[in-house]
Amino acid sequence: MSAALKREVYLLSRVGLADSHTLPVYRANGGYQALEKVLTGGYTPAQVIQLVKDSGLRGRGGAGFSTGLKWSFMPDPAKDPRPRYLAVNADESEPGTCKDRVLMERDPHGLIEGILIACFAMRVKTAYVYVRGEYRLSHDRLRDAIAEARKAGLVGDKILGTDFACEIWMHKGAGAYICGEETGLMESLEGKRGHPRPKPPFPAGFGLWGQPTTVNNVETLANVPFVIARGPDWFKSLGTAKSPGNVLIGISGHVERPGVYELPLGISARTVLEECAGGVWKGRQLKAWIPGGSSTGLLPAAKIDVALDHDSIREAGSMLGTVAMIMLDETACTVRAMQVIARFYDHESCGQCSQCREGTEWLHQIFARIERGQGRMEDIELLSSLAGGMAPAKTICALADAAAIPTHAIVKHFRAELEEHVRLGRCPLGASNHAPVLEEAHA
Amino acid sequence: MSAERFLLPDGLVKELDELVTHYPERRAALIPALHRCQEELGGWLSPDVLEALAEYFRLEPVEVFGVASFYPMFHLRPVGQHVVGVCHNIACELRGAEEILATACRVTGTRPGKVSADGRFTVTRVECQGACTAAPMLVLDGAFHENLTPDSAAKLLGGVR
Ligand SMILES: Cc1cc2nc3c(=O)[nH]c(=O)nc-3n(C[C@H](O)[C@H](O)[C@H](O)COP(=O)(O)O)c2cc1C
Ligand code: SF4
Ligand code: FES
Repeated sequence: MSAALKREVYLLSRVGLADSHTLPVYRANGGYQALEKVLTGGYTPAQVIQLVKDSGLRGRGGAGFSTGLKWSFMPDPAKDPRPRYLAVNADESEPGTCKDRVLMERDPHGLIEGILIACFAMRVKTAYVYVRGEYRLSHDRLRDAIAEARKAGLVGDKILGTDFACEIWMHKGAGAYICGEETGLMESLEGKRGHPRPKPPFPAGFGLWGQPTTVNNVETLANVPFVIARGPDWFKSLGTAKSPGNVLIGISGHVERPGVYELPLGISARTVLEECAGGVWKGRQLKAWIPGGSSTGLLPAAKIDVALDHDSIREAGSMLGTVAMIMLDETACTVRAMQVIARFYDHESCGQCSQCREGTEWLHQIFARIERGQGRMEDIELLSSLAGGMAPAKTICALADAAAIPTHAIVKHFRAELEEHVRLGRCPLGASNHAPVLEEAHA
Repeated sequence: MSAERFLLPDGLVKELDELVTHYPERRAALIPALHRCQEELGGWLSPDVLEALAEYFRLEPVEVFGVASFYPMFHLRPVGQHVVGVCHNIACELRGAEEILATACRVTGTRPGKVSADGRFTVTRVECQGACTAAPMLVLDGAFHENLTPDSAAKLLGGVR
C-alpha cells in the first residue's frame, strides 16, 4: 500500500536553500505566486474557500478538521460586519512535536503567504501569530519576514496594488501548553490566564474579543499556497483519499536519525522509522512507539506497519495527533515514560475542571509510585477508572483527554509491565535505565 | 509601599505605547510587555515592576500578578545571572535528560529551582521546548543547545562567564 503512495516534497522544498528565510529567495522559488493568482486572477473569497474544501486539506494542529469547512463557518460580512480575526497557532508544545518550528525558522514567507490567502478567503484584516515564547528564532524570523513583506507591498494596505488589506502581528506566549488549545490561546492573546473557554460559543461566532475568529495551525496554513497554486486535484494525488497531502512527521527518541521529514499521509510508520530515521538506535529492537505526540496512546512494536493517516491509526488504537512519533527501544521502561507524560499533564492542567486538575495529579502520583516499586495491583484499575472519569468530553477542553488516552493505552498494551513493577517492588528494567531523579525545589 | 515609586524606563514605555496599537484592546499587550520587562529589568518580575505594569495597563496589581504567575516563562523571584532550563519531557528523557540535569547542577553548583550560592546560575526543569528531534537539550539564557551529551553540557556551562 504505502509503496504505491506518490512521493513529492513541497512543504520543505525550500528549507535547504541558502537564506531560505528571505524574500528574494522565496520569490525566486515560486513564492507569492499563489497570492498573486488569488488577488489578480479574479477569485472571490468563496471560490478560494471552495478550492481549499475541494482539496480535502485537514488541520495539522492535532484534530484534523477540514480547513475549508472551518473557514466557511466564518459569518458573511454582509450580515455580520463585526471585525474578524485569524489567530495562527504557533504554540507548538505537544511533547514530541517540533515541525512548525522548521517552517517558521526556514520558510517564514510560506506561512505569511498562507496567512494572507486565508485572510482574503475569510475577509479578515488582522492576523495574529501566537508563537510560543521559547521559539525565539521562529519569532524573529517571522517578524523580520513580515517587515520585508510589508516593504514589498505584500502586507498592509493595497496588497499587490489591489484593495486587499491585511495586517499581521507577532505575539509571544510565555510557556503554557494550554495556550495551544484554541480558546486558551484566545484568552492568552487577550492578556489573560490561558483558561480555555466552554464551547459553544465557537470561535467563528465568538472568538478574540468576542468577534468572529478562526484558529489555524502553522503547517495547515503553509499548505494553502500550494493548494491554490497547484490545485485541489494535485493535492489529492498525494496521501490517501480521506487524509490527502503531505505532512511533516517528526521522529524522536531511540532512533539513529531523529528529525522532521515530509511524507505523504498514509505512509507506513515502518517506512518512517527505517528509511528516514535509520531504524532503532544501537542495533536494538523496537518495544513501543507513540504515533502523534504525547497525548496519543502508546502502541506496541507489532503495530509498526500501520499507515499514518487518520483512519488507519484510529483503527490501530491510537491517533494521528501531530504525527510526532516517539520511539522506545527494548531497554526503555513504558511505566517511566508514562510517569513523565503524566507529570507533564499534571503540570499543564489549567485547573478549571476538577476532573482534570485532580485526575492529572492522581495519574502522575500513581505512575510515579508504580515506577518506584511502591504501587499496588489495585492501582492499575485505579488508573483506568481515573482516566474514565476524565474523558471523553467530560471537561472544558481536551487536555483531560490528552492525559486519559495514553493512560488507557498503557493499561491495554503494557499491563504486564505495570504488574511486574508491582510484583517485583521495583522497575524490572533496573536503575541503570535512568539517572536519579532530582526533585525541583519549591522554595 | 516603598517611599519612591518605581517607574518604567522611558524607552520601555515608548515600546509599549507602540505595542498596544497592535490590538483593539490595550490589555492584549500585557504578556508581550511582561516579556520585555523581564528581559530589560534584571531577568525577573519584581513586585515593583508588576505594579508599574498594572498602572500602565490600568489594571489591578493582583490581576497582573495573576497573569504573570500563570506562565512558566515568567520569574517572580530573583534568578541567577544565567538561567538554565533543562528539558525533562519524554523525547529528552529517552535520550538522557536526567543526566544532563545532574550535570548542569554539578557544574553550576545548584539544585533544580534554586539560585547557586554565588548568584551566577538558576537551573530549572522545563517542559518540552520543541526540540525533540535534537534531544536532549537545554536552554541557556533563551538560546537552545541541542543534541547534548553530559560532556558537551558540562563544557557549555563551564565556559559561561
Ligand atoms: C491541550 C491542547 C493543546 C493544543 N496545542 C496545540 C498547539 O500547540 N498547536 C496547534 O496548532 N494546535 C494545538 N491544539 C489544537 C488546537 O486547539 C486547534 O485545534 C488547532 O490549532 C486548529 O488548527 P488546525 O485546524 O489548522 O489544525 C491543542 C489542543 C489541545 C486540546
Ligand atoms: S480540561 Fe484541564 S486544561 Fe482543559 S479547561 Fe479543564 S482543567 Fe483546564
Ligand atoms: S521533549 Fe525535550 S524538547 Fe521536546
